[in-house]
Amino acid sequence: MNPFAVVAAAAAGTFVAALARWLLHRRDLGSEADRATFATLHTASLAAPALREGLTPDAATAAARHLRTLLGSRGVALTDTERVLTAEGPGADLLDMTLVAPVLRTGRSAMTRPPGTAGPGLRFVVAPLVIDDRVLGTLVAVTDDATAVLARTTTEVARWVSAQIELAELDASRARLAEAEVRALRAQISPHFIYNALTAIASYVRTDPEHARELLLEFADFTRYSFRRHGDFTTLAEELRSIDRYLTLERARFGDRLQLTVRVAPEVLPVAVPYLCLQPLVENAVRHGLEGRAGPGRVTILAEDAGADCTISVEDDGIGADPEQVRRALVGEGDGDSIGVGNVDERLRLAFGDEYGLVVETGPGLGTKVSMRVPKYAPGVHA
Amino acid sequence: MTESWWPVLAVIAVVVVTFVIGTFGVRVSRTTSDFLVASRSVTPLVNASAISGEYLSAASFLGIAGLVLTYGVDMLWFPVGYTVGYLVLLVLVAAPLRRSGAYTLPDFAEMRLGSQRLRLIASVLVVLIGWLYLLPQFQGAGITLHALTGAPSWVGAVVVAVVVGVTVATGGMRSITSVQAFQYWLKLAAISIPAVLLVGAWFRHGAPVFAAGDWGTPLSGYGGRDYPVYKTYSIVLATFLGTMGLPHVLVRFYTNPDGRATRRTTLVVLGLLSAFYVFPPVFGALGRVYTPELAGTPAADTVVLLLPGRVFGGWWGEALSSLVAAGAFAAFLSTASGLSVSIAGVLSHDLLGRTRRFGDGVRRFRIGTLVAVVVPFLLALVAGQLDLAQTVTLAFAVAASTFCPLLVLGIWWPRLTVRGASAALVVGGGSALGAVALVLAAGPFTGFVGALLDQPAAWTVPLAFGTAVVVSLRTRDRVPRATSAAMVRLHAPDELDLRR
Repeated sequence: MNPFAVVAAAAAGTFVAALARWLLHRRDLGSEADRATFATLHTASLAAPALREGLTPDAATAAARHLRTLLGSRGVALTDTERVLTAEGPGADLLDMTLVAPVLRTGRSAMTRPPGTAGPGLRFVVAPLVIDDRVLGTLVAVTDDATAVLARTTTEVARWVSAQIELAELDASRARLAEAEVRALRAQISPHFIYNALTAIASYVRTDPEHARELLLEFADFTRYSFRRHGDFTTLAEELRSIDRYLTLERARFGDRLQLTVRVAPEVLPVAVPYLCLQPLVENAVRHGLEGRAGPGRVTILAEDAGADCTISVEDDGIGADPEQVRRALVGEGDGDSIGVGNVDERLRLAFGDEYGLVVETGPGLGTKVSMRVPKYAPGVHA
Repeated sequence: MTESWWPVLAVIAVVVVTFVIGTFGVRVSRTTSDFLVASRSVTPLVNASAISGEYLSAASFLGIAGLVLTYGVDMLWFPVGYTVGYLVLLVLVAAPLRRSGAYTLPDFAEMRLGSQRLRLIASVLVVLIGWLYLLPQFQGAGITLHALTGAPSWVGAVVVAVVVGVTVATGGMRSITSVQAFQYWLKLAAISIPAVLLVGAWFRHGAPVFAAGDWGTPLSGYGGRDYPVYKTYSIVLATFLGTMGLPHVLVRFYTNPDGRATRRTTLVVLGLLSAFYVFPPVFGALGRVYTPELAGTPAADTVVLLLPGRVFGGWWGEALSSLVAAGAFAAFLSTASGLSVSIAGVLSHDLLGRTRRFGDGVRRFRIGTLVAVVVPFLLALVAGQLDLAQTVTLAFAVAASTFCPLLVLGIWWPRLTVRGASAALVVGGGSALGAVALVLAAGPFTGFVGALLDQPAAWTVPLAFGTAVVVSLRTRDRVPRATSAAMVRLHAPDELDLRR
């Protein structure tokens, strides 16, 4: 996607918003021309939300009414490259795809008339919807009186519609990006962990084959859960079960050095949480809790009931970290060391809103506590 | 009336034990080896005990006996109805509701119909029903302490309001399931042991019989109760259909891992409630023998508390009175804290959360708790004293006229629309709450109008269902687009993994 177009669209949007605000806050509503501008901007703002859904029949239908007001034409139609998405106003139903085909091919505005008519009468002013040099569809103004002014207006409105649809694509690609990050996270089960776990298992093969077998099965279950393909959410119970397997393997390696406290309120086990949202936190806690010291380290996992929410925290008593560094990791500027944490934070915010991000309490030498709040119910979130 | 401090000690003990279990119940730290013990879900028996513990309120513990004493066998419909409510819940609502993933009733409204406005209406109704249900808990605490120690009636209300407000607002009820489960067994012990001993004493006294007269005749209108047939049907409708719409009931169901466990839990609840409800009518009937002067007075609700002292006297009487007082306070505390948590959750999330003025989630929850407790507490001080079970049944009537249509039609009728559901909530809730408000403010009324207002469920419930159906059919082009998806989620068996 062309970054300039995105920036330009954002700037235009900001400008329009600022202008609308300025107009709204003026004591008198200005001259005739000002009022016309205001009315135009207002109509545009009404059409914008629908267009932000993308170029779909529903969105086109919702936007058509406002676009017709904006154009001041008798009717209006929107098409994509294959079909007419919506046709509003008398005469608009006469439009068919053969009439817009030349515009789709050339990317230039044109004027046509319904087939089988001659002389003055119904005209279609067709303007292309262009994003990144691709023609995605057309905007058609239906009129009895095709003037150069209307042709120009149609072209400009088509440009504005294109910008809105581009923003819609931006939203969609942002969601895809988050999804891709989850995929990456799944694939990112640390290679060190796999290596260490297998080495630890190997060390038991001769001395305690039964234990080695159990550990291997735990390892298999753990990887199956981590690589599962479906669903963005899981229950806290399932996530904890996977963490239990992970910790069993880590204990095989660290033995008594890794001390663990787990306290889970049974009321919150069915809560839906983003898939693999605790795993990176526990992994970090184990690493930071035991890194750079000979003695044992303690990791504490708490899940508590808090009315309509539940609070989950993962704490270690290890070396801690510089708060500034953690802040950078959370906004995604980190050096890759804690990429999991930033990802968890972002997915929590995406799913439940900005109020539900991660909270990290830490300081050098003070240990680290990462906590989150998760609502017991959120629309569209199912385990 | 005996004035002694033993029951007070028993009450204090209940408060302390409640607080200790609530705070430290899950504080037993688990080490690695029993990770899965620490994260095991609640068994149906424990969860059913918790649901029953939260459900058995002042009305069940004190109110039923008082009503049976005063009005005779017709009042047996109260315990029957309170129990059958769970049967209806089991058959029509339990498993689909759990599968919906909703934690509160507004959540269900949003999940099923996807409307924020409907969610707001549901939130307001949850708060109003909760307040109406809290009111008799405070009044019950007042009359209990008054009957046992002679303290003014506001003292008991203050005790319950402060204990509940503080524990809920500070998040002290961390392991609320274990607390409520404990309260159920405490209540069962506190009512069954004295009841059995009282029956034994009654046999030893030669099983004296009272001149029952119309007391034992169904639908006789004994005790000056006019229109007994209408009122009985109204009670039946309110209690059978109201249970599913109580704010604190649904919240406990969330603890079950899936729909099947929810059904099993509900079945156990039916057994536990049936066991409990054997005993309150025993007190009512024995009250006719030993304390007939209480019948028809505002003190009728205290028959459970006074009977042991009257029959046994001395040390035994003291001990049994203390046990009953402890059970009664367990009833007030468990129901009141469960309700406060639910109301505070809805207040903080749906009503206070609309602006940023009230701060973050924790702060909003505290403000919500304060509002949830203080409003019914003040109402308890100013409102006229009705029978406890009557007031609770009004809350049931409002729930039956609002959330019952929403839940039953929402789960079983794909053609329900947002407008239909909203209209049902507004019409059903408006008429039932209007009747309740009139009774609380200016009641009691006489005549058939009085009966209609006293027990509104018989006309408000059909009215709400009718409104929902008619309005939905008139707006049939507005059936929410996500209806099929929601229906699949509600009804697909747990074994089907729908996440793909």
